[in-house]
Amino acid sequence: MNKVFKKTRDLVLPGELVVESMDYLPGRNCFREGNGIYSKRLGLVYFKGRVVEVVPLAGPYIPEVGDMVIGEIKEVQYSGWIVDINSPYQAFLPISGIREFVDSLKTDISKIYNTGDVIYGKISVVSALKTIYISMKEPQTRKFSGGRIVEISPVKVPRLIGKGGSMINLIKNKTKCRISVGQNGRIWLQGEKEELAVKAIMMVNEKSHTTGLTEAVERLLDRGE
Amino acid sequence: MNIQNRYMMDLINKGTRLDNRGLDEYRKITIKSGVIAQAEGSSMVSIGDTKVLVGIKMDVGEPFPDTPNEGILIVNAELYPMASSSFELGPPDENSIELARIVDRGIREGKAIDMEKLCIEEGEKVWIIFVDIQPINHDGNLIDASAMAAISALLNTKMPKYEDGSVIYEEKKKKLPVKDIIAMTTFINIGDKVLVDPTIEEENIMDSRVSIATSQNGNICAIQKGGMHGIKPGTIEKIFDKAVERGEEIRKIIKSNV
Repeated sequence: MNKVFKKTRDLVLPGELVVESMDYLPGRNCFREGNGIYSKRLGLVYFKGRVVEVVPLAGPYIPEVGDMVIGEIKEVQYSGWIVDINSPYQAFLPISGIREFVDSLKTDISKIYNTGDVIYGKISVVSALKTIYISMKEPQTRKFSGGRIVEISPVKVPRLIGKGGSMINLIKNKTKCRISVGQNGRIWLQGEKEELAVKAIMMVNEKSHTTGLTEAVERLLDRGE
Repeated sequence: MNIQNRYMMDLINKGTRLDNRGLDEYRKITIKSGVIAQAEGSSMVSIGDTKVLVGIKMDVGEPFPDTPNEGILIVNAELYPMASSSFELGPPDENSIELARIVDRGIREGKAIDMEKLCIEEGEKVWIIFVDIQPINHDGNLIDASAMAAISALLNTKMPKYEDGSVIYEEKKKKLPVKDIIAMTTFINIGDKVLVDPTIEEENIMDSRVSIATSQNGNICAIQKGGMHGIKPGTIEKIFDKAVERGEEIRKIIKSNV
């Protein structure tokens, strides 16, 4: 009883049956129920050996542990900050999550991060009930000052980074901008050729599904000078 | 976001914006009329990513005692959460009431409709026009889009037949007596700069807002001021001149789509 209903790059809807077999394993954005493997999201199916995977075409950002995200401080609380991470769920940055030791009884923690500040943090905890904690202890994490933010669809972020960072490094090298990409679809950039970099990022966002995208972006960057 | 706001302020002080527009440049405007078959008149207007749908329904009812020989205009706006994450379900809030009032005032005070022609029997029966504004997507400048949609929908309206005390909606022939095409222009003030057609990000950092309705002969017929800050006398005079100028352009777009 080995039924495969879809082939690679087929479109699936949430809850659609992809395979009915115990020989396959559910990968990202898939789940098993009984013998069948179903899709969780609207997207394209990929078979990677025995693993079935769905790459979503659209949708919100769902946090995972280890993701680097760009968040905005929404609220300062007694023991930490509430952070908006462009997701259906709010994140919390506890004072134990920052590098220096802070005595919350003696210090006004809004001096460290205040509402409206933009931070680059790492998701440290995602509980089953989607309580999300951010950590600012990791080496790359920081608070942004200056520069600008652009937003793209969160599902297009892997395409913007490219294989081993090829796409983002191309944009960084050609525009000499400092760029930080958050997995939640927010991108921070600063540099003289910001406009060109934004153009390239938006091109990736719009044409992420097309082949030969890296070359097209390279042409755009060469032309835009 | 603080850094984004600061970046936008820098751009505005240099005379450009996030989407590379000049300070007095509109986004792309498209108007589609007659999009709802069941309504007497309808129009869908989009300015950039902002999209507004307006439907017109007509009925017969009793006139107000102070204007026994004039029809009735009722404008209503509903901001559904579908259009923006900042809109909430529930009874209409101040924003939706303000939106409806501004559009209503523009049409009413500009005398866009010949209300006396809507009288069927003096003091007894007149036509009631319901203008329903429904934003589909909110990316700033809802006021201009709604006013534009409302006036194009009115131009598109065909009156149903009235016979022996009942309205026959199946027979629509006569056009609504629209005398004037009102154009609404909204200006926002950020620092000492004046911008037209703000996006939602710009509306979030604005100091104040002025909406001005102008009629065909270049008269200003309605003004609404919003926002927390004041406007300098020199600035407001410039805004008046610009409103008449912009109004002419908007009127051209409306006319070419009807």
